[in-house]
Amino acid sequence: MIMQAFNGISLGSILLLIALGLAITFGLMKVINMAHGELIMIGAYSTYVVQIIFSQYLPATMFDWYYFLAIPTAFVVAALIGMLLEFTVIRHLYGRPLDSLLATFGVGLILQQAARSIFGAPNVGVQSPGFLRGGLEIIGVTLPYIRLFIIALVVISFLALAWFLYKTRTGRKIRAVMQNREMATCLGVSSRKVDTITFAIGSGIAGIAGAALTLIGPIGPTIGTYYIVDAFMVVVVGGVGMLMGTVVGALGIGVFNTVFEYWTNASMGKVLVFALIILFLQWRPSGLFSLQSRSLD
Amino acid sequence: MQSFGARLLERKWLFIALILILIIMPFFLSDFRTNLLGRYLAFAILVIGLDLLWGYTGVLSLGHGIFFGLGAYIMAMYLSMESMAGAVPDFMMWNGITELPWFWMVFSNPIVAILGAIMVPMIIATILAFFIFRNRIRDVYFTILTQALVLVTVTLIVSQQNVTGGTNGITGFSTIFGYSLSSPVTQQILYYISIGCLVGVFFLCSLLVNSRFGKALIAIRDGENRLRFSGYDTSMFKVLVFSVSAGIAGLAGMLFVTQVGIISPTMMGIIPSIEMILWVAIGGRGTLIGPVIGALLTNSAKTFFSETYPDFWLYFLGFIFVIIVIFLPGGLMSLTQKLKQRGGKHEKQAVSTEGKETNHSAVG
Amino acid sequence: MKNKQLVQKEKKPTILRSDKISVRFGGFYAIKEFDFSIPHGELHFLIGPNGAGKTTFLDAICGKTKYTEGTLTFNGSVNLARLKEYEIVREGIGRKFQAPSIFPYLTVFDNLELAMKQDKRVFPMLFSRMKAADKSKIEDMLNLIGLKEQRNVIAKTLSHGQKQWLEIGMVMMQEPNLLMLDEPIAGMTEEEEEKTGELLLELKKHCSIIVVEHDMDFVRKFAEKVTVMHGGQLLCDGTMEEVQNNERVMEVYLGKKGDDSHAEAL
Repeated sequence: MIMQAFNGISLGSILLLIALGLAITFGLMKVINMAHGELIMIGAYSTYVVQIIFSQYLPATMFDWYYFLAIPTAFVVAALIGMLLEFTVIRHLYGRPLDSLLATFGVGLILQQAARSIFGAPNVGVQSPGFLRGGLEIIGVTLPYIRLFIIALVVISFLALAWFLYKTRTGRKIRAVMQNREMATCLGVSSRKVDTITFAIGSGIAGIAGAALTLIGPIGPTIGTYYIVDAFMVVVVGGVGMLMGTVVGALGIGVFNTVFEYWTNASMGKVLVFALIILFLQWRPSGLFSLQSRSLD
Repeated sequence: MQSFGARLLERKWLFIALILILIIMPFFLSDFRTNLLGRYLAFAILVIGLDLLWGYTGVLSLGHGIFFGLGAYIMAMYLSMESMAGAVPDFMMWNGITELPWFWMVFSNPIVAILGAIMVPMIIATILAFFIFRNRIRDVYFTILTQALVLVTVTLIVSQQNVTGGTNGITGFSTIFGYSLSSPVTQQILYYISIGCLVGVFFLCSLLVNSRFGKALIAIRDGENRLRFSGYDTSMFKVLVFSVSAGIAGLAGMLFVTQVGIISPTMMGIIPSIEMILWVAIGGRGTLIGPVIGALLTNSAKTFFSETYPDFWLYFLGFIFVIIVIFLPGGLMSLTQKLKQRGGKHEKQAVSTEGKETNHSAVG
Repeated sequence: MKNKQLVQKEKKPTILRSDKISVRFGGFYAIKEFDFSIPHGELHFLIGPNGAGKTTFLDAICGKTKYTEGTLTFNGSVNLARLKEYEIVREGIGRKFQAPSIFPYLTVFDNLELAMKQDKRVFPMLFSRMKAADKSKIEDMLNLIGLKEQRNVIAKTLSHGQKQWLEIGMVMMQEPNLLMLDEPIAGMTEEEEEKTGELLLELKKHCSIIVVEHDMDFVRKFAEKVTVMHGGQLLCDGTMEEVQNNERVMEVYLGKKGDDSHAEAL
């Protein structure tokens, strides 16, 4: 049982990392970014490339340290590509969630195909750093270090994001635009800049998620699509515009998924989680948390 | 803007011309090509329902692959049973199943199978839509949930491989209602049946969107809350339209499987489901005829590209998505519209106050 | 149904009664224990400063916002708390929103056709066809709101004032017993204002009307009865004269006395 809870939290934390970027961009720009999964993929391949560079050009003793360079690299690469995406495509689609969904899906296809052209279609493996092998033994169960490391990574990323949003000037601007775009613009906030920064950060976090996923298994061009639907479910359950909703939604879906899968099997687990989400929405149609508005639409 | 009367006429003529071309095509194409075109016809039927839902009502479904797939699977089960004459399919035998499960047996009757291929998707769509729309869940959430439905259903079908055929799907049928499926004559008949269904579905949906009901759908797309405050229970309208479009998708799936001879989860997954949306967008949403042309063109292009430059197809598909949404939200039909307007500028001004009926091609 | 309503009308002159209703958002009362009633055929203005709760009150009546306490009774017996928005409309309450909300890609004619009182359930709508009586009703309304020329124009292209009238026309097509208008003359030219006022007097023959308005000249010109809201509560009600001379009203509005300063403060 402890093991199930642990696995659930582990899955939930990965979902959280992926869903954070989605929730922010949806809350801020009313844009659904289907290419988010491909930003994860980019983060994963960045890690792969850093690993190759380390193993080829640096002494073997240095190898284990590659991961600490890989995380920021994944963040930066994904953030830059996200910025480019925002600049070329997304900015045309503010406030049009359905259209943005379709256009970014197209972008996702292009990125996937690009990854196939560069790295080949088969999955590639990334070797985890040596110090993450093994696990921590507590009351008879072994908690793998890799999973613990991922949870820690998520917690740190989340706290950094929360600090950024709530304690910095830029973060305050982001929240202002999120709550009332017109008003914030009138008060001199450049919403263009805010959008770009936010989108880059959301993409960067997806990159970190990609780096984390390399620890769990081999990576391929479609690795993002595997997680993206669940991450969207997190946004639906958590509501938009609130970090807390995303946290509760991610952990909830992660834990229920693991528990249901444990009781039944992988596919029935998914069916049950889906049914549970529909039921949940009967009770909370706009998710756990949501900003209220007085306008008609 | 042109007068609606003239436009309806043109759209009607466009459609009639298209149907005539489709009817004579088999005389010019090889059996293989005719069969391919027949599959595209199935898609063309499907997108009419999708356009009713998205183009007119403003509800985007990324889950129509499932309804298409259900129709196809139900027909496939029937065809298998007809061909096996009581025996179980290979994949069941390998898994040690000697008796057909109940949800196969139900469809051993051809009439039940044909009705089921349409009704089962409708029932599932109704249940899902009822629970989502009843509570005014955001439309975007609905879209996301339909995509989750795809993931869940595909996972389920794959995992229950001893009764569904898993990733390989169901295949290996030899006859339909006693006629050999491999004979070119049967395939041609199926091709013409598909044309018949296309005409029927198109006609019904045209009636629907030009009626008062159709105006209500457009009103839902452009101002659902306002319509609610005009005394309409808009949720139920959306449930009905979603259900109808799911039924049309089921019909399309049924026609598809008879002409392709196989149905598997990859044909109903996330990417096929969203590709269907692209066909609608390329042709021009909210026009009915546009999506039909979109489906036929895109699929022909896909076949051409995947035969010659397989790697480029996905790039191409991706770019088309981006370009259509950003630069040409009205699709190909808006291009013809622009051309026409350039041709007849004075007419445009003259009719703006005289037009007899509604003009609702505009895309929000 | 129709007959029953008529009988009730004769027995009970009040069409809408609000009995101590409150609307609370979290800990904040947008409306607190607000009493209000309006008889048949009255043109009633609701005034007060921003945030006084006027629009929220209309929201509570038409079901957009749920009230947390009190009761709203319509036509003597209908409890509005139990009804959904579209059911409230079907009972005979029509609402015009502050920002003109029409269906932009339908023609003026179609906008009115959809709004028209008819069986609006899903399946009857599938088979409903245009009847001669429907057509003449719509034609009459086009005349009344002065949009006859624009009948086949896509509503999106109308001027702001024309959109406002179209929406008033749409609400009237529902043949409501109670009509609620939220700042109907906002953004109108003086000429359009005048026309709107006349339209209101004409509409009053068919139903009761509640108007939320900031423009005091307009209120003074057309109001039969005025209710002043302040801080979500009833400040006073009566004729325009009474309200203007009410001490509490003057007190709230900075103790100024002149009519013009009223207008500004309100």
